Amino acid sequence: MKRVYVNEEWCLGCHLCEYNCAFANSGLDDMVRALKDKPVFPRIHIEEDAGITYAVSCRHCTDPLCVKSCIAGAISIEDGVIRIDKNKCVGCLTCVLVCPYGAVAAGPTGAAQKCELCMRNSCGAPACVTGCPNNAIVYEER
Amino acid sequence: MSEYLIIGNGTAAAGCIEGIRSRDSEGSITVISAEAHHVYSRPLISYYLEGKTDLSRMLYRPEDFYEKNNVRLIFGKAVKCDSKKHTVTLADKQKLSFDRLCICTGSSPFVPSFEGLETVKDRFTFMTLDDSLALEKALTPESRVLIVGAGLIGLKCAEGISHRVGSITVCDLADRVLSSILDSDCAAVMQEHLEKHGISFMLGDTAVRFDGNTAYMKSGAEVSFDILVLAVGVRAETGLASQAGCEVNRGIVIDDKMQTTVPDIFSAGDCSEGFDSSAGARRVLAILPNAYMQGRNAGINMSGGDSSLTDLIPMNSIGFFGLHCATAGSYPEDAEVYEDRTEGIRRLYVRDGILSGFIVIGNVNRAGIYTSLVREKAPIDEENIDKLKKFPSLAVFLPATRRKKLGGVV
Repeated sequence: MKRVYVNEEWCLGCHLCEYNCAFANSGLDDMVRALKDKPVFPRIHIEEDAGITYAVSCRHCTDPLCVKSCIAGAISIEDGVIRIDKNKCVGCLTCVLVCPYGAVAAGPTGAAQKCELCMRNSCGAPACVTGCPNNAIVYEER
Repeated sequence: MSEYLIIGNGTAAAGCIEGIRSRDSEGSITVISAEAHHVYSRPLISYYLEGKTDLSRMLYRPEDFYEKNNVRLIFGKAVKCDSKKHTVTLADKQKLSFDRLCICTGSSPFVPSFEGLETVKDRFTFMTLDDSLALEKALTPESRVLIVGAGLIGLKCAEGISHRVGSITVCDLADRVLSSILDSDCAAVMQEHLEKHGISFMLGDTAVRFDGNTAYMKSGAEVSFDILVLAVGVRAETGLASQAGCEVNRGIVIDDKMQTTVPDIFSAGDCSEGFDSSAGARRVLAILPNAYMQGRNAGINMSGGDSSLTDLIPMNSIGFFGLHCATAGSYPEDAEVYEDRTEGIRRLYVRDGILSGFIVIGNVNRAGIYTSLVREKAPIDEENIDKLKKFPSLAVFLPATRRKKLGGVV
């Protein structure tokens, strides 16, 4: 299965992936309208340490703790992609507490959200990958 | 073809079914459910009262779960288990045989024998969906509610009903709220927040006697109320297991394969006493994630697999009126405490260079990185602890470890 990976040595730490992600999942078709003067809730984030930067998003683990821990039964695996059913999620954030990668977070409504590979938004392929100016983020089989 | 029997129909049972079916699609699975409900998410009963979920969304697994997994679901109560003959008898005398049994009976509310409790008309416990539905019927916009117990159950109940009643008072013999997961500093912050949302507290005090709508407190105070909720604590349901000959402590004793001390009998979830790897001690880990993981692990081993769970820890993510709190592990008295209060509270308990537990109040994002450090017992050096206490980051791992975590299939 194809997943999103980041090549640390090429990541510039420009945070564009965060904005592209937030826009892709906003449901709007205008980036300015979607992001300007609003709090953004990207599902990918840049971590920075001692001059090294890298993007982190859901690893789509093969044996995911979030799925096993969800108190609402709202997280499931569909063809390898881990999905959160927002309609069932009550926002307890147990998934945030157990994700070893820090890749799940509360979204704008309080429900948990994370990368679902842009498969159900208008992009159809990970927006963070498409928009990465240095091709540091890739979508591939490993 | 194997015959699997599961007593209980909660999260551990669902895990057990999925564990068995991950290896054995043929064997027969029978589930005995004491509650006449499809498996639902117990912790959601307060969210139901709050209006954040409803009966259909509360289902822990889809409607066709039993059918898809070829499970026979029986509503009834198991009253006897003959471990030699491999049979279980139900209250209606029906006898069921098994090759391997999993006891997932959960826990039940502990109700102390208060004097005069029987004189209280509207009194409730808060554990099951039926408890929640019964309580809901009694609620009126004028109700004065007294909740005995300021733990997770009592306070979630308080939050759930706060917009539907006149007033809520919570009492607890402990001197702080959420005493099982928070230290006194953090508890004070949470208490203040709850008070801002209209919840009153009587801590270090509890009801000793009831007479109709009045509670007589240990301190001598009297509290008038319309509705009483008893959330003092829970006890593991171990009766059937001990009758079957299983060793029982505070819960049914299980090893890291979820096997009890009796062959072919397994146990998982709130009724069992497993191992808390953060404290290095046996403990009932009565939280939903562990119930699922233990149940699933039991199912794998019941169907001939060989799987051990050795990294279970206590952990809780809970929020009240928008203020979140994430905790995990244990807080040993000899641990070094690192604290940051830039944004909310972050307290890390470090012993021998290992994170043994933590409390975060406020922004809980990425707290899972802390949890993984507790779970994995990963060594962290002093410099990293200072970074970590400000915000959790994968930078705490060595670059090679981090690249492995992020660069491949995990």
